[in-house]
Amino acid sequence: MALLSGPALAAEREGWNLTQGVTAISQQVYDLHMTIFYICVAIGVLVFGVMFWAIIRHRKSKGAKPASFHESTKVEIAWTLVPFLILVGMAIPATQVLLDMEDTSEPALTVQVTGSQWKWHYRYFDHDVAFFSLLASSPEQIRNERQKRDTYLLEVDQPLVLPVGRKVRFLITSQDVIHSWWVPAFAVKKDANPGFINEAWTKIDKPGIYRGQCAELCGKDHGFMPIVVIAKPQAEFDAWVQETALAQQKAREEEQRLLDMEMPMDELMALGKQVYDSRCGMCHQSEGQGMPGVFPALAGAEIATQPDRLVDHIDIVVNGKAGTAMQAFGPQLSLKELAAVVTYERNAWGNDTGETVQAAQINAVKSGEDL
Amino acid sequence: MTDTTPDNLHGDHHHKPRGIMRWVLTTNHKDIGSMYLIFSFTMFLLGGAMAMVIRAELFQPGLQLVEPNFFNQMTTVHGLIMVFGAVMPAFTGLANWMVPMMIGAPDMALPRMNNWSFWILPFAFLLLIGSLFMEGGGPNFGWTFYAPLSTTYSPDSTGLFVFALHIMGISSIMGAINVIVTITNMRAPGMTYMKMPLFVWTWLITAFLLIAVMPVLAGAATMVLTDKYFGTSFFDAAGGGDPVLFQHIFWFFGHPEVYIMILPSFGIISAIVPAFSRKRLFGYSSMVYATASIAGLSFLVWAHHMFTTGMPVFAELFFMFCTMLISVPTGVKVFNWVATMWRGSLTFEVPMLFAIAFIVLFTIGGFSGLMLAITPVDFQYHDTYFVVAHFHYVLVSGAVFSIMAAAYYWLPKWTGHMFNETLAKWHFWCSVISVNVLFFPMHFLGLAGMPRRIPDYALQFADVNAIVSIGGFAFGLSQLIFLVVVIQCARGGAPAAAKPWEGAEGLEWTVPSPAPYHTFETPPDLKEVRDGH
Repeated sequence: MALLSGPALAAEREGWNLTQGVTAISQQVYDLHMTIFYICVAIGVLVFGVMFWAIIRHRKSKGAKPASFHESTKVEIAWTLVPFLILVGMAIPATQVLLDMEDTSEPALTVQVTGSQWKWHYRYFDHDVAFFSLLASSPEQIRNERQKRDTYLLEVDQPLVLPVGRKVRFLITSQDVIHSWWVPAFAVKKDANPGFINEAWTKIDKPGIYRGQCAELCGKDHGFMPIVVIAKPQAEFDAWVQETALAQQKAREEEQRLLDMEMPMDELMALGKQVYDSRCGMCHQSEGQGMPGVFPALAGAEIATQPDRLVDHIDIVVNGKAGTAMQAFGPQLSLKELAAVVTYERNAWGNDTGETVQAAQINAVKSGEDL
Repeated sequence: MTDTTPDNLHGDHHHKPRGIMRWVLTTNHKDIGSMYLIFSFTMFLLGGAMAMVIRAELFQPGLQLVEPNFFNQMTTVHGLIMVFGAVMPAFTGLANWMVPMMIGAPDMALPRMNNWSFWILPFAFLLLIGSLFMEGGGPNFGWTFYAPLSTTYSPDSTGLFVFALHIMGISSIMGAINVIVTITNMRAPGMTYMKMPLFVWTWLITAFLLIAVMPVLAGAATMVLTDKYFGTSFFDAAGGGDPVLFQHIFWFFGHPEVYIMILPSFGIISAIVPAFSRKRLFGYSSMVYATASIAGLSFLVWAHHMFTTGMPVFAELFFMFCTMLISVPTGVKVFNWVATMWRGSLTFEVPMLFAIAFIVLFTIGGFSGLMLAITPVDFQYHDTYFVVAHFHYVLVSGAVFSIMAAAYYWLPKWTGHMFNETLAKWHFWCSVISVNVLFFPMHFLGLAGMPRRIPDYALQFADVNAIVSIGGFAFGLSQLIFLVVVIQCARGGAPAAAKPWEGAEGLEWTVPSPAPYHTFETPPDLKEVRDGH
């Protein structure tokens, strides 16, 4: 026991312990964790102390003669009741903290968190802002071909931004399988269940960058969907929201203008490769070869090479395929990105159809028209 | 009793098949017990090999050896093989060998079903392992196979996985029926319930748990099958179902299941500790009541695996309190073992070493279990390596160590030879040190925020993962020593006495070593044997 509790206590000091976090709740959770840990250590030292005393002192080799006692109702009752009372002592603070944690009433701000394979999507209820948040560590880093950054696997392209000192409510759901949104510093971990909405909340005390990960096995890239939250003072947060809402508004207007534009092949291919690598390559693989029996190949596939299947191709990218892991990318990507990625899939890896697909065509399929 | 002479007493067995057919057709509880144990150890090595793949990939950050999809197949099949292929068949093998001998019965009550319940197992695992080689790979959704990952998003081999699980379940149910019928009907005259050895008691209770929950697992697996292949929507909200329903059904099976994998251990430890303390087990009747309480409570705690799914507060509180309660009877058992050792006359043969390691390490697993029971803190522990550490402490240094202890304790009875004590001690010390290097640091990985079931991790976890992996390889290799000891012991060695352990108690020590092919064809006279406990 000493052998194990020694490293345990040392590890705590070295930062190998539960985080105290940056919210009142996470601090309470930490205190609860430490209280119960110390109670366990105390009971362990006592019980194993008695046991090792017997092991050392009551050996046959030391001439120990066995006693004959083998039952005692008094003792049995005592060591049933005492642990029970210790448990009651633990249950009271645990219940108080739990009731606080589950009280999601009167939020100042609501964010909808949607998990999907393998990324998070955030939508602010009270502002016109929504975006996806994807892993920012490169495949080269994962394959050990490039130096890993300090924040390897805990970094995203677009972090969630929240104000400090205000109660933020999360509405958590999923588009496909079960995910779980976990930020240790807030002591928030809540499953994202497809078709259902879960609630959680936090009130961050300190500005800073806080990182977490998906906590529920959600398929192949479960280990590659981190969460990054930047907590800003209220004024900075307000400025960020306005700026982002404006930028997203502009982007939507840009979309409409694009409909009359013809993009050249090389531009489509360059953007298409970028989109493909970040959104499609994880399943259909970098060379479009797919994974037999799991994810279909695109290289040489009929749908990506036959001119008369173009509409089907756009349709499946835009609307997904029900009952499979193929998601609807229509709501996730801009018309330009969709056009580029379909073009790329029809011309890369020897598919060479020579066709370019334009934003207007994507828009037509999106609105359910014929091409 | 017919008037037979000893010479033709066994006349009806002169035509026993020889060679392989002896094993295929056998209805003898000792043969079937041996087959279960050999099968279980084979599966233990196979599941261990998969764990080695996992630990090799996690030795350093980044992806080196396997693709994430294959990594998930390894974690899934490792779990399934260890639970259904290693631990459960090992206990069934021990029950087959020991229960009839402990209660003074000639054999199991249903010998032909006994043969059948063993022989369907290898086919179940051939199906499961074979699915790994299918196009698209084997099951990759975790041994808990949560929907919809196991339905809409699962590989084509899922049907095979479900079928394999059904066969394992049928085997377990038949084994459990056999144990219950044997214990209730075939005890020697005078062997009252409260005189039965605790191993028999714990197995009786375990058998009831098995019959209660294996059909529930079958239900969950069948719903997954129909959701995937026949268009039902049990777990799909779009069709009126609920993915969390799956978890409720699964864990209603799953929590009693984890006690199925530990209650027989309690029985084994309750036999070994008194034997090497040369003192009767302390608090026999409270041990029986504690086991029954744990079994009863196991049906009221399933949702503690699901605190983060968004349950109502009332449900969270109910499951937290019930789960905390379990530590009371579990504590009573540990105190009783310690009290048994107290003022005994202790020696430290290998079975006792494993039993002492069991008590210490299982209790540490119990402590982390109590921490996990506290709902608000469980939100931080859930689905991290803290959980992985917890259940490996209770299953490896708990269940598996108790099986090792049992094997060493009864090997002389099974083979008629004493094993190589020196090698066995090497096996113990290598195992007990490496198992802690392997699993103890996992607590801290979890507390520091490393999720379970990931093939790659953030850089701050690198050093500890390297240590854990080294412990893993060491623990895996240590088990080969056990293999050598058992093979040597089966082939020869110093002849074992009928009662090779000075303080051992119970009917199994009244027959010669090795135990004759048929024992207790006439019931033993219990007056000659002291109380069974």
